[in-house]
Formats: sequence, structure tokens, C-alpha cells
Amino acid sequence: MDSDWLDIGTLNDIPKRGARVVKTARGDIAVFRTMDDRVFALDDKCPHKGGPLSQGIVQGDFVTCPLHNWMISLATGEAQGADQGCTRTIAVRLQEDRILLSWPGLAVKAA
Amino acid sequence: MAERLLIVGNGMAPGRMLENLLEKAPGRYDITIFNAEPRVNYDRIMLSPVLSGEKSYEQIVIHGDGWYINNGITLHKGTKVTGIDRAAKTITTDNGLTESYDKLVIATGSVPFIIPVPGHNLPGVLSYRDLDDVDAMILAAKARGSAVVIGGGLLGLEAAAGLSEQGMDVTVVHIMPTLMERQLDASAGYLLKKAIEERGIKVLTGANTKAIVGNGNGKVEGVELEDGTVIPASLVVMAVGIRPNAALGKLAGLTVNRGIVVDDQMRTSDPDIFALGECVEHRGATYGLVAPLYDMAGVLAKTLIDEPAAYNGSVTATKLKVTGISLFSAGDFAEAKDREEIVLRDAARGVYKRLVLKDNRIIGTVLYGEVEDGAWFFQLLRENADIAEMRETLIFGQGFAGGTPLDPMAAVAALPDEAEICGCNGVCKSKITGAITSKGLTSLEEVRAVTKASASCGSCTGLVEKLIGLTLGDGYAPKASKAACGCTDLGHDDIRRLIVAKELKSIPAVMQELEWKTSCGCSKCRPALNYYLLATWPGEYVDDNQSRFINERAHANIQKDGTYSVVPRMWGGVTSAKELRAIADVADKFNIPTVKVTGGQRIDLLGVKKEDLPGVWADLNAAGMVSGHAYAKGLRTVKTCVGTEWCRFGTQDSTGLGIKLEKFTWGSWTPHKVKLGVSGCPRNCAEATIKDIGIICVDSGYEFHIAGAAGLEVKQTILLCKVETEDDVLEYTGALMQLYREQAHYLDRIHKWLHRVGLDSVKQQIVEDAERRRALFARFAHAQVFAQVDPWAERVKGAFGHEFKPLADLRLAHAAE
Ligand SMILES: Cc1cc2nc3c(=O)[nH]c(=O)nc-3n(C[C@H](O)[C@H](O)[C@H](O)COP(=O)(O)OP(=O)(O)OC[C@H]3O[C@@H](n4cnc5c(N)ncnc54)[C@H](O)[C@@H]3O)c2cc1C
Ligand code: HEM
Ligand code: SF4
Ligand code: SF4
Ligand code: FES
Repeated sequence: MDSDWLDIGTLNDIPKRGARVVKTARGDIAVFRTMDDRVFALDDKCPHKGGPLSQGIVQGDFVTCPLHNWMISLATGEAQGADQGCTRTIAVRLQEDRILLSWPGLAVKAA
Repeated sequence: MAERLLIVGNGMAPGRMLENLLEKAPGRYDITIFNAEPRVNYDRIMLSPVLSGEKSYEQIVIHGDGWYINNGITLHKGTKVTGIDRAAKTITTDNGLTESYDKLVIATGSVPFIIPVPGHNLPGVLSYRDLDDVDAMILAAKARGSAVVIGGGLLGLEAAAGLSEQGMDVTVVHIMPTLMERQLDASAGYLLKKAIEERGIKVLTGANTKAIVGNGNGKVEGVELEDGTVIPASLVVMAVGIRPNAALGKLAGLTVNRGIVVDDQMRTSDPDIFALGECVEHRGATYGLVAPLYDMAGVLAKTLIDEPAAYNGSVTATKLKVTGISLFSAGDFAEAKDREEIVLRDAARGVYKRLVLKDNRIIGTVLYGEVEDGAWFFQLLRENADIAEMRETLIFGQGFAGGTPLDPMAAVAALPDEAEICGCNGVCKSKITGAITSKGLTSLEEVRAVTKASASCGSCTGLVEKLIGLTLGDGYAPKASKAACGCTDLGHDDIRRLIVAKELKSIPAVMQELEWKTSCGCSKCRPALNYYLLATWPGEYVDDNQSRFINERAHANIQKDGTYSVVPRMWGGVTSAKELRAIADVADKFNIPTVKVTGGQRIDLLGVKKEDLPGVWADLNAAGMVSGHAYAKGLRTVKTCVGTEWCRFGTQDSTGLGIKLEKFTWGSWTPHKVKLGVSGCPRNCAEATIKDIGIICVDSGYEFHIAGAAGLEVKQTILLCKVETEDDVLEYTGALMQLYREQAHYLDRIHKWLHRVGLDSVKQQIVEDAERRRALFARFAHAQVFAQVDPWAERVKGAFGHEFKPLADLRLAHAAE
């Protein structure tokens, strides 16, 4: 691996207003695509009771957790409204149509 | 002697650069240009008017031959530069010239992207980039015939409009769900599609090209899509995007990413070589519009005469040059937490305007139908101007002089006179407004009494009140119906009626025509709209998977640990050794931890991993089992007892009737879940009197009970009527489910709906009015034609594959680290 960015697929692999899962040794990562083709990555774990955020409904820059409907910001991982809690975000970016996930962002490199 | 300046490419960018340079320092350089195209510099963006016949080539020339002569510039037309020797500081061309330079400018523009589908190189397949392409298109159009344009972006739509002007029969094939999705949001894309279709151009969105088909003579004959449809075409234009033409730079060993990399002075990694225009990459960005290229041109002209200048990147704005269509977009119009939006929709005039604000500054805008203020908004955006002062009226534009505020009545006002307002009694708009004026009616009760509108189920009450308000003006204050969610002022009833009255057939259509206040809705209104559209337009509406909750998207129930549970259908609660064996095998094969009997008389496999779902379903399908829809806002189960078949008290074949009912109703989508029960006698072992629809068999026939529930609230059913035969039961069930499907608010169970519309109204329509009952039944049966498709089997065959596979698996990659 010669770069800090991992190519995990193309933009069209994820439906608009949808998400897909990337499996890692440290657990699942949810990679989201918004209506306007921006991508975000979060740990696939709701700060409430660990619900898989990748399975929620994406609206604007938020996802609604499928288990108890908490709203989580895709950009910051923070729960909205009265709910308190935060999910880890992982840097992700688009190069043309490729989705690149930050390798150090996954923090799995041996020290 | 003057320094030698060589320029590769003679497009719009170097043309503008030379104008700047010659004005500031004429004679400073000895200039030579090589251009692969055999012509002078012309206005490439005006190719579309040339194609449509509105302009001639001569009218779009920017620099005629005389200009080059007067300025002492040597122009080699039709000459391509094939190599650069940076050490010797020379270039070579395809016709054998070698020329030396002191300074070199690469301005090779971009190349159209060609999707490498089979047949892409057949004669008759064109791209859209230069005058040769336009000449070829005009020639092809002389034979009339049909054309397919692949790509629904700026270029594709301009090409389509031009070809249509030239008399061709044009179809646009676009892979994304909405047109120009990079520049427009879904609402503006919807309006654009409507306008394009109005000029007779067919638009296929969400359509993927599989191949271009040729005939025996190797000429194009049509375009084949992924789903197998073939669209006949004698001309195919591919306009799916452009790539910076960086080949020459790469060959010369300059730093190249997507484009030739330049610094803020437009200098490449070689200090004597500059690059300009669409072929460059600056701070990671590439551009495909002229405005930024002109900014670059100004900077390069200064750099070449050693004046300080820096290019800082550009924000771009887009317009479509199709006569009669006005749209404008600029900046970043994505939604985000720290952003706010102002949306103005005027459905009657087809206007949509959206401003995206951050910290009281405009950061993006999309305008459709009324774009006069585009330039002003764009200026405010680039100046990063604080708009707090004028926020309230900003969206009305610069010339605002006390415009009207957003009006929730506008959608109703815009309805045509013949639009049906009350479905139950068939009353149209003009009949209501006519009665109000001619009879001097002033209240809802009076209108009801005179016209019958809203006198039955009442779901059009909101609309009728708005009509009274519109007709009487300020004199009438309708009770505001509760808005469905924060995205709209309309209530569920109004939305449902307007979907029918205005024939709205997609979510963006509803949002535009009903003047939604947000650009793409929320998790409350989207699933509701998806249901309403599905229920209203069976067989026509395309389900929006991303507007469904996960259980209905994955066709399984999500559990607290993110695994899923799978419940196959067991018709009427009856199973067989073969089915049980298949279930046992599946449980073993996929290591399913829990197998439990549900409250709905069937078996639940709990703890299935999402990736395993298609495999589990395939095995269950193979044993003849289909989805039990245990996850659906739709028909769940039909619980039965054993009836006359075995029970000593049984009066009718309750099991057989239950199976018939389940075979008839399965697959239907409903506002909320629907559970049925059939008991063979009033002892009621199947607990039918706490079901949405419960049948109690008696000696003389069947009691038809409705509106029970057993949940947080327990509701006992109400006896609607008694019927004589099994066929009657099926007819009443279908009719009742259809009435519920057509009238209920999304997420209301049958008992809630009944409470709202009243037992009398339901009784009248299902029991007393036989004709209406049969019509409802027929509509239900029609919808079932499209609904009774096993969603599991579809997915086993590969539909929605992305839903069940991880995007990537990095676990091995980690292990290797
Ligand atoms: C149909 C159409 C409509 C458009 N509409 C708009 C619009 O409405 N608004 C807008 O802002 N922009 C529009 N554009 C985009 C705009 O035209 C381009 O951004 C602009 O023309 C790019 O200028 P350029 O000088 O970088 O490249 P180009 O104008 O593409 O010029 C590059 C030139 O270099 C030549 N060349 C390439 N390689 C070599 C070589 N090795 N040796 C010699 N010569 C070479 C090519 O033949 C070409 O003539 C449109 C483009 C098209 C095709
Ligand atoms: C996340 C929430 C829920 C889940 C995952 C869930 C799941 C299930 C499942 C899998 C069954 C078996 C049904 C079948 O065979 O199809 C069932 C039965 C049942 N559920 Fe739920 N349910 C949920 C919420 C509710 C709610 C809110 C109610 C009440 C309003 C309810 C009332 C019932 C009843 C009464 C039965 C038994 C049905 C019968 O005996 O015919 N459930 N549930
Ligand atoms: S409901 Fe009546 S017919 Fe059915 S099992 Fe019970 S007692 Fe027998
Ligand atoms: S009764 Fe409550 S805990 Fe039990 S399955 Fe239903 S929702 Fe879950
Ligand atoms: S686990 Fe996400 S809301 Fe409860």
C-alpha cells in the first residue's frame, strides 16, 4: 500500500441517498452517498445502542438510525436534537468517481 | 530579437490570453500557434446554435485570418504537435515540422469521454466537441430518422435540442435518475425533464447503455440498454463527459494528475512551459466552462510579461443554451447541518428557486424558470456578501418590491376547473366554486349540503376549505389541516387528493407541484409519498427504494444487533414436512441461532447476517416458499383455526378460506400493516376479533369484522356486516383494503382510519353501495397484478445486489499490514 488513501469502489456502487458497508478488522464502516453525490464515512454504530447506521434513511446530510430513529450528522457523527452521543467519522474523499478512504483514518496501522 | 512563444492548441483560452498579451505588450513575443483543428479560433460554446440552425459558422468565428496576419502571428492550421523535447526546447509536429521555443503554452483543451461499450466505434457514433462533429450531425439529420443522445448533461441536452430542431426524432438516455444532476438538484431536474419532453424529445433516466447495435453494413442501427430494450437510431451522440487532454504534457514528462498540473502563475513543472484552459489541473480542480479559463488567460498574459499575477481558482455558474429553457446554477448547493436553504416554488409558472446559505452568506443557488436574478445571486456569492438584512425578501430577487409571501393555497388555485376534488361523490372544482358564488355559500357545512363534496369519507375536507377560502377571499378562515411534516403546509389528505388531481407520478413531481419547502424531503414525508404514489399509480410508479425504511428495503426485519430475521409465508398458518425440512436445512446451513414460532402462525429465523439473506431466500424459494412480508406496511398474516376440516365445532372451512384470503391479498402495500384472521366459529380460536380484518364463520355464512388491533392499544373489531359466501368475503376484503389504501394517512392502521372517516362512511361505500364496492374490488385486483411479485426471488436473481454485499472487505488487507 503506497498511499494513505484506499480505493474502495466507485461512486455509483452506492445508491444516491444510500450507504454501503466496508468491512474492516476493527469493525464495519458505513460509507454514505448523499443526493448531491458527496460521500461520508462513519463507524457503522449508532451512539445510542449500536444500531447499524448504514441501514438508515439518508436525508440531506443526516442519517436516521434504523433502530430507534436517532438522527446522526454524516459530517460530524453527532446525534441531533435532544439526543447526546457521537460516532467516529473517517476521512473519505472522491477522486473523479473513485471513493478513497483514509487508511490512517482507520487507525489500524501497527505502531 | 523577440523571444519565441509557441502555443499548442488554438481554442478559446489561448485566444483570450493573446488578446490580453497583445494589448499589454505588442511585439514582445514572436508568436506561433499549432492547431490540430483546420481552422481559426471560434466560439466553441456557440456550436449548439450552429447545430440548431440559429447561427452559421462564420457568425461564431472569434479571430478571422486577418487578425493573425495583422498581429504577425503564424497559425499552423490542421497541424498536431506530437512531441516536446524539453532539453532542446523544441516541439515536433505530425507533418514533420520542428520548431524551437523560449516559452511554450499548452492549451489542448479536453477530449470527449467515450464509454467503451460494444459498437462505440461504429460509423454514425459521434461525440460533441468541435465543428466537424456539428457538420456530421447536420448531415446525418438531413436524412431525418432517429437519434439517440447518450448523456443528459449540458452538452447532451444541447445536442438533443439541436437535433430535434433539425427534424430528428430524438431520445436522451441518461444513467442517473435526474437530468444534469451535477448542476441541478432533483426538483430542477424534474422541471427540466418536463420541458425537454414538451419539445418532443424522449428522456429515459436511470437507463444504462449496454451496446450500440450495428446493421449488416456496419452502420449504427440502435442503442441497446441494460434491460434489453433497443432504441432504433441512425445517429448516436455520446456526450457523457470530458477528460482534460493532458497526453502531450504526460509524454513530455510534466507533472500530470487528471490534467497538467499548474501553479497559481499557470506554470507547469517545467519553468518555461505553461498550460492553460481545460487541459490544466489547478489546486486539484479542473474546469469545463469558459469563465474560469478566461480568468486563467488573464493571469498567464501577465505572467508572460513578468507582471505579478495569481490565479486563485474559480466558482462556476452554469446555464443551458436551449431556447425557451432557462436554468441557472452556481456554487455548492448540497444540504448540510450548518447550512440553511430558502426555497421558492411557483407550480403554476413552473418556477423553482433555491438558495443555500451558510452564516448568512449565499454559497450556492439553483434557479429554474426564472433566472433573471442568477447574476445577482452569483455576485453576492462571489463577494461573500452578508445577506442578513435582506434575508426575508432575498429569494424574490433584486427587483423585489413587496412580493407575495409563500402561499399554501397556490397549488389548489392552480388546479384546472375539471379537477376532481371529492372522489367519493365525483365533485369537480368548478362545481364547488360555482355553487359557492351562485348560492352564496359561506361554510363547509353549506358546501357539503349543496354539492356533497367532502360529505362521505371527508378526506377532501382540506381542499374544499381551501377552495372556499379562495373563492370568498379573506372572509373565510379555514381550519388549518395538520401539515404532514415540516417540508410542506399540506396535510396528508390534501397531498393524496392532489397527487390524483394533478396526476403527479414521482416524488420530485409532488415536491415541485405541491411547492415543498425543502429540496429533497425528510424521513417522514419520503416514505409516505412513496406509498401514496405506489398506491395511486400501480404498475406506473417506480418504487423509490431509498425512501423506504430498512426492513422494506432489505425485505427482512432488522434486529437489535443489526442482523435480520426471515419469516417465510405459511399460507393460512399451514405448513408441510417438506417446508419444515427446508427451514431446518437453511437453519443448519447458515448457522441461524434462533428458530421461533411467531404470533402470526409461522416460523421466524432470527439472527441471519445481511450478506446471507439472498442465500437463505434462494433455499426457501427452492422449497416453494416466498416472503411472508413480516416486515412490511402491507399484508402480514392470515391467522386461521382448523374449522370444519377437523374441529367438532366448526361451521365453515376457516383454514381454506384463510388460505384463499392470503393468496388474494399477499404482496399488497398498505398505509400500515394489515393482519387478517379467520375463526371457524364464535369460539374464535384464531383471535379474529383483534385483527384488522377478522372473519367469524357461522352456520349461515360469515361475519365480516374490521378495525381490530392488538398492540400498545388493544382494539376489538366492529362487525361491519354479514355475508353469505366465500366469494363475498373475498370481494368485501378486497374492497375494504382498497378503500383503506386510498384514504388512510400513511402509518394509520385500519382502526385509526375508521375513527377518522367514520363507520357510516365505510359502511355506505362497502356495504350499501354495491357498485362502489365492486369498483374498489376491481382496483385492488388490478394493483395486485403488479404487487404479487416475490421480492425475495427478485433479489435472489440479483436485483439490488448492492444492498446485500459490502462495498469492500479490508479485513484481509489489514491482516497483511
Ligand atoms: C457544444 C459545446 C457547448 C459548450 N457550451 C458552453 C457554455 O455554454 N458555457 C461555457 O462556459 N462553456 C461551454 N462549453 C465549454 C467551452 O467551450 C470550453 O470550456 C472551452 O472552449 C475550452 O477552451 P480551451 O481553449 O481550453 O480548449 P478548446 O477550445 O477545446 O481548444 C483546444 C484546441 O486544441 C487543439 N489541440 C488539441 N491537441 C492538440 C495538439 N497536440 N496539437 C495541436 N492542437 C491540439 C484542439 O484541436 C482544439 O482546437 C461548451 C463546449 C461545447 C463543446
Ligand atoms: C420494531 C417493532 C416490531 C417488530 C420487529 C415486530 C415483529 C413481529 C414479528 C416478526 C411478528 C410475527 C408476525 C408474523 O408472523 O408475521 C410479530 C407479531 C405481532 N406483532 Fe409485532 N413487531 C413490532 C412491533 C409491533 C407493534 C408496534 C405492535 C402493536 C401495535 C405489534 C403487534 C404484534 C402482534 C399483535 C403480533 C401477533 C400477531 C398475531 O398473533 O397474529 N408488533 N411482530
Ligand atoms: S374457532 Fe371454532 S371452529 Fe375454529 S378451532 Fe376454535 S372452536 Fe373450532
Ligand atoms: S413485544 Fe416488544 S420486545 Fe417483543 S418483539 Fe414486539 S416490540 Fe420486540
Ligand atoms: S441504536 Fe440508533 S437510535 Fe437506538
